[in-house]
Amino acid sequence: MSLPGDVVTWFTTGDHWRGDFGVPHRLYEHAVMSTAAVVAAVLIALPVGIWLGHRGRGGAVAINLANVGRALPSLAILALFQQAFGLRGWPGFGARPAFVALVALAVPPLVTNAYVAMRGVDRDVVEAARGMGMTGTELLWRVELPIALPLVLAGVRTAAVQVVATATLAAVTAWGGLGRYIYDGFGQRDNAQILAGAILVGLLALTTELGLGALQRAVVSDGLRPQQRRRSTEPVVVTA
Amino acid sequence: MRWDWVSDHGSDILAATRQHVELTAIAVGIGLAISLPLGLMAHRWRRSEGPILGFTGALFTIPSLALFALLVPFTGLSRTTAEIGLVTFTLLILVRNIVAGLDGVPDEVREAAHGMGFRPLGQLVRVELPLALPVIVAGIRIATVTTIGLVTVTGLIGQGGLGSLIIEGINRDFRTPLVVGSAGSILLAVLADVGLAATARLLAPWSRREAGQ
Repeated sequence: MSLPGDVVTWFTTGDHWRGDFGVPHRLYEHAVMSTAAVVAAVLIALPVGIWLGHRGRGGAVAINLANVGRALPSLAILALFQQAFGLRGWPGFGARPAFVALVALAVPPLVTNAYVAMRGVDRDVVEAARGMGMTGTELLWRVELPIALPLVLAGVRTAAVQVVATATLAAVTAWGGLGRYIYDGFGQRDNAQILAGAILVGLLALTTELGLGALQRAVVSDGLRPQQRRRSTEPVVVTA
Repeated sequence: MRWDWVSDHGSDILAATRQHVELTAIAVGIGLAISLPLGLMAHRWRRSEGPILGFTGALFTIPSLALFALLVPFTGLSRTTAEIGLVTFTLLILVRNIVAGLDGVPDEVREAAHGMGFRPLGQLVRVELPLALPVIVAGIRIATVTTIGLVTVTGLIGQGGLGSLIIEGINRDFRTPLVVGSAGSILLAVLADVGLAATARLLAPWSRREAGQ
């Protein structure tokens, strides 16, 4: 039996689609955890980053936050949080520390991204707005945020893909999700399961990236479309 | 937290650290060797830029564990598997920064070099690359720090450096190696980040702001 054949067999085995160990349940776990973590991180990070960018304060901190966040190995953070927050033992107990770790890892780049996006708004536009008599609040909501939106959304998209990827790792620290197939597969030396898990996770990450990309295109107004060839000196993403 | 365990296993910890550094150095080295030609190609021939950046970008979307998982059935639980995966992840970072760095050289400078009689290769080596250096080194810095994090994940496939300590701690429900591995890898990453940032500033003293990022 060849490996591709084994993988197809794995996918067409009914048992793999039922119950707590089945694909739908694990996919659901993974998706819900990722979504919740991204939403929480966005709720924490965006106001901070946007506010700092609007006021022009705390630049050094905001920018270095992403550097610090990027340096932290995700597995180390997951493991430490599991020790600090979790009940050790069987899968299922790992949810709370995994969630906290995912949020903690996602917040720094989001803050930096929001800050940079806000600072990137053309100063001339800001001056023009003030010249028109806009107050600070009006400036924020009617000028700066709409202009900063593309970059902020790009950052959220990157964070979402990163969270999906890191959630895969959380399977190692007593959680479930799609990463479990990979982790269990290593343990059971079941190559088909390993590959199946990898394919599923890869598909989810790709779907997230493309889906949020489409959302980004739909939401951002036409006049603000970023150019085709964006020059960014630093990639904003760390996948696990 | 059992400090006696730490002192008993000092040599193991050092060996793990050395393995961690080795895996990282090899990955970044090979990654650089592959991405320099790729980046140069993308820079020179515009039409290749889209596919090259797109392909490496797609690779980057794959969660690290999934990439290693895809390799294991073919190359086993070996150092090769780890290195292939690690190198792959450095590619996007390095290629993108090499292209960005080279593109960032102002056209006037290029024209001036051409006017001074530089041939394309000489221009590349003596003008464009030095000017692109800050961005490229920034890329090396990010790639190195990211790789240090990813090496911990290779603990799951029998490699791992300090990651193997973390995995051991998780499997045996034993806090000490877990904390040692975690703290060690974090420390290593921070040291690499700071060290490379300082190196970047040394190498290109004329561009303060970019090197600082």
